Amino acid sequence: MLAPVHHIVGLTSIVRERLLPVSGTVNVRMGQKVNPADVIAETSWSREHVLLDVAGKLRVHPSIADKLIKCKIGDQLAANAEVATSTGLFSHTVRTPREGRVVAVGGGQVLMEVGLSKVELKAGIPGTIIEVIPNRGAVIQTAGALIQGVWGNGKIDTGQLVNITESPDGVLSTARLDVSLRGSILLAGMVKDAETLQAAGEMSVRGLILSGLYPSLIPVAREMRYPIMVTDGFGPLPMNSAAYKLLSTNAKREITVNAEMYNRYSGARPEVIISLPVSIDPPSASEAQAFAQGLQVRMRRPPAMGMIGTIAALKPGLTTLPSGLRAPAAEIKLENGEMVVAPLVNLEVVG
Amino acid sequence: MPSSLVDGNSLLAVDVGAANTRAVLFDVVEGEYRFVASGVAPSTAEAPLKDVSEGARNAIANLETVIGRSLIDGSRNLITPAQANGSGVDALAVTISAGPTIKTAIVGLLKEVSLESARRLTASTYTRVVDTIGLNDLRKPDQQIDSILRLRPDLVVITGGTDGGASRSIQKLLEPIGLASFLLPEEKRPAVLYAGNQKMEEEVKSLVGSLAASLHFTPNVRPSLETEDLDPAEREMAHMVVEIRKRQLKGVDILSSWAGGHMLPTAYATGRMVRFLAKVYGSNKGILSVDIGASAAVISAGFKGSSTLNVYPQYGLGENLAELLNYTTLEDILRWSMFDISTGVLRDYLYQKSLHPSAIAATKEDLAISQAVARQSLFLAMQSARRDFPRNIANIKPTLTPLFEPILAGGSALSDASRPGLGLLLLLDSIQPVGVTTVILDQNNLLPLLGASAEQNNILPVQVMESGAFLSVGTVVSPVVSASFGSSILRARLTYENGTEARVELKYGGLETLPLPSGEVGKLTIQLLRGADIGFGPGRFPREPMNVAGGALGVVLDGRGRPINLPADAARRRELIKKWNWTLAGE
Repeated sequence: MLAPVHHIVGLTSIVRERLLPVSGTVNVRMGQKVNPADVIAETSWSREHVLLDVAGKLRVHPSIADKLIKCKIGDQLAANAEVATSTGLFSHTVRTPREGRVVAVGGGQVLMEVGLSKVELKAGIPGTIIEVIPNRGAVIQTAGALIQGVWGNGKIDTGQLVNITESPDGVLSTARLDVSLRGSILLAGMVKDAETLQAAGEMSVRGLILSGLYPSLIPVAREMRYPIMVTDGFGPLPMNSAAYKLLSTNAKREITVNAEMYNRYSGARPEVIISLPVSIDPPSASEAQAFAQGLQVRMRRPPAMGMIGTIAALKPGLTTLPSGLRAPAAEIKLENGEMVVAPLVNLEVVG
Repeated sequence: MPSSLVDGNSLLAVDVGAANTRAVLFDVVEGEYRFVASGVAPSTAEAPLKDVSEGARNAIANLETVIGRSLIDGSRNLITPAQANGSGVDALAVTISAGPTIKTAIVGLLKEVSLESARRLTASTYTRVVDTIGLNDLRKPDQQIDSILRLRPDLVVITGGTDGGASRSIQKLLEPIGLASFLLPEEKRPAVLYAGNQKMEEEVKSLVGSLAASLHFTPNVRPSLETEDLDPAEREMAHMVVEIRKRQLKGVDILSSWAGGHMLPTAYATGRMVRFLAKVYGSNKGILSVDIGASAAVISAGFKGSSTLNVYPQYGLGENLAELLNYTTLEDILRWSMFDISTGVLRDYLYQKSLHPSAIAATKEDLAISQAVARQSLFLAMQSARRDFPRNIANIKPTLTPLFEPILAGGSALSDASRPGLGLLLLLDSIQPVGVTTVILDQNNLLPLLGASAEQNNILPVQVMESGAFLSVGTVVSPVVSASFGSSILRARLTYENGTEARVELKYGGLETLPLPSGEVGKLTIQLLRGADIGFGPGRFPREPMNVAGGALGVVLDGRGRPINLPADAARRRELIKKWNWTLAGE
């Protein structure tokens, strides 16, 4: 049976596609070295449209209105610009209510996109462009440590990692935050209240790496302008030892937190990337592998949820679990030496 | 397509679920079609594999080890037709429920008429209505355009206007759809189903046709104000859902090609079987199928001359679990738990489980939580589905679940229950059936696969249904009565085929069983007390004893009243739930 792989790995090749949400201009070329803050592609797009009912306003048939309309698709019009004017003694003029670009004309109507805003796509990670995707973005390759999480608030930033928790089950509170942390990415354990998330924002931190987040804080976390990545899940969960060890030993390094929202279909996950200098590209981490004795795994559900262990043995056939359910299972030796039996579907390989 | 027994064609059926993919082989054994064996593997719609055909191949490989016969060749393709050496199968049918909920915009004229029909239509498959555009919509057309661009629906369902009726109003409603589709990148444009005024077909084609991912027409769901006909539109939408899945999920096209296009959404295939069963076996009672799994809760009911199919992705036990709290409270879920579990632990469970939908309960406490969640989800689904049941159906009280015979139960939460009694109790708590009904557990989740197979072989579903491939849990008697806790409400006597008897007295608030093994038939005599009603009127029971079929639990007498009123005191409630669990599941 194939196991999903949760990447917590000290050195690997990391290849990431960075794409604009809509078509735009790509600013990079193949082989180019990029830094996290480099704008690799940009575009402008609008979330608002204005539909001008020219025929209705001029009280003419749509086919006549079409002949009176003076603009065409692609025209950039200023606010109050003339769109159409009726003929006759008492002529009327239809004008644009706002500045915008004409995107459709016909049926006696004009559709404009207004409120254009510029979108800049940053590289997010330091690396080399290995593929340019025309009009959309690029693929960047780097080498370094990769720590994936389970939840992210959709933001991305880069900064120096500061460990402000002494143990994997530490709790971040407002009392732990001070001005010396401004501009840093904090390895911070659990957060139990909204005030702490807001205080971190006011302190201008560049990111939070949390072990667990209370579900009631999700709306607040989404609103924060800095990235928040959760490594283990929801509720009072300590950070899994593999992630904690790797992150805490990389304190003071420049890291990227891409707190991308988890998408089970595309495979996008929130992640921390710590780029490291290498002379030869290390191998890429595999995305799936067969369950086997000796593999390091993380427990997704009780017992021992979140703990790291090693597959001591794969049990033959179906195993009756303490719940009474029967499923393919394995014996797991946890880090504390305890042995537990877990269904394979509740395990993910760490690597 | 051959369908007679003489041809004896084997048929492989594959169900691609959100969590698991099942491969089931049907073949002729001793002159009749039988369920032979099944293989299960984790579904692979999601990353890292992102290809549903991989999970299907794995499930088929597991089936191969059970039957000792090759079904997949060296190039990893299905061997079809069956070969002389015994490898391969003659046909394949596929059902699919995997994939993200289909974002749907509905367009119609009046809220209570065409938009209500559109809502019911979209409820027949794995959709979530993200936008509604109608005459009562106060937004301007450009705001409607912005809304569609922001929400990016996968599907737009347009209804409205009786045939030959309103056309100008519909035309106005179509404009924002056409313009928004025009602005979307081609690969993001929605599929459009038009099921409104049939006289508008040409105008719809000119306004939307070239701008939609695909444009489909079906007969008007509301040909007149008084008439609603959803069947043709449901059928068309089922095919559209498969097309949408082909766009969304890699590997769906491979399975569809192997199956020669015989692929249906799982819920639609279930609904088709229930409609068929209601036609063939229907009495004055309805036939009910309930299914709760990772992707959705599905309630399908067949009555004489009509049927309903309701799919509730929001009550699925997988990736949508965190959204369950939009529809219920933590306290309402926990009322079903036999353990003292805090609301915080439950909230964390819902969010954590939504991250890993395929994970299963390994501990007793995790099972108790998962079963409490499944109960409340199915309870909510049944409450919602009841609103769409026809008005003139058999019932004891209109406010209670109508009379059904039988009730078919499937889906991971019910069929994976460690003991049939646990599955039955979950069903009794959430569906709260009344009167006398047989409960059948679809342990191998065959019902949708039979529905999909019927397209190619119409004898197979009938013979498999009658072959004992389903587990009869037993006959359940649920009186409707008003009484005080602990007072006697019913005396039952079961006479076995060998002439021996078993008797039991049912008290209000309790559950009792009378053993009657599967395959046996007993004669049940009931004396109703305190005006209890099991469908023959208060205190009435037929003069002749009733023939009842045996099952894993025999005859189950549910004296907890309808609706079930759980004690407000948490400790007392948990004690009662433990007692009920002990009675039906022995734990």
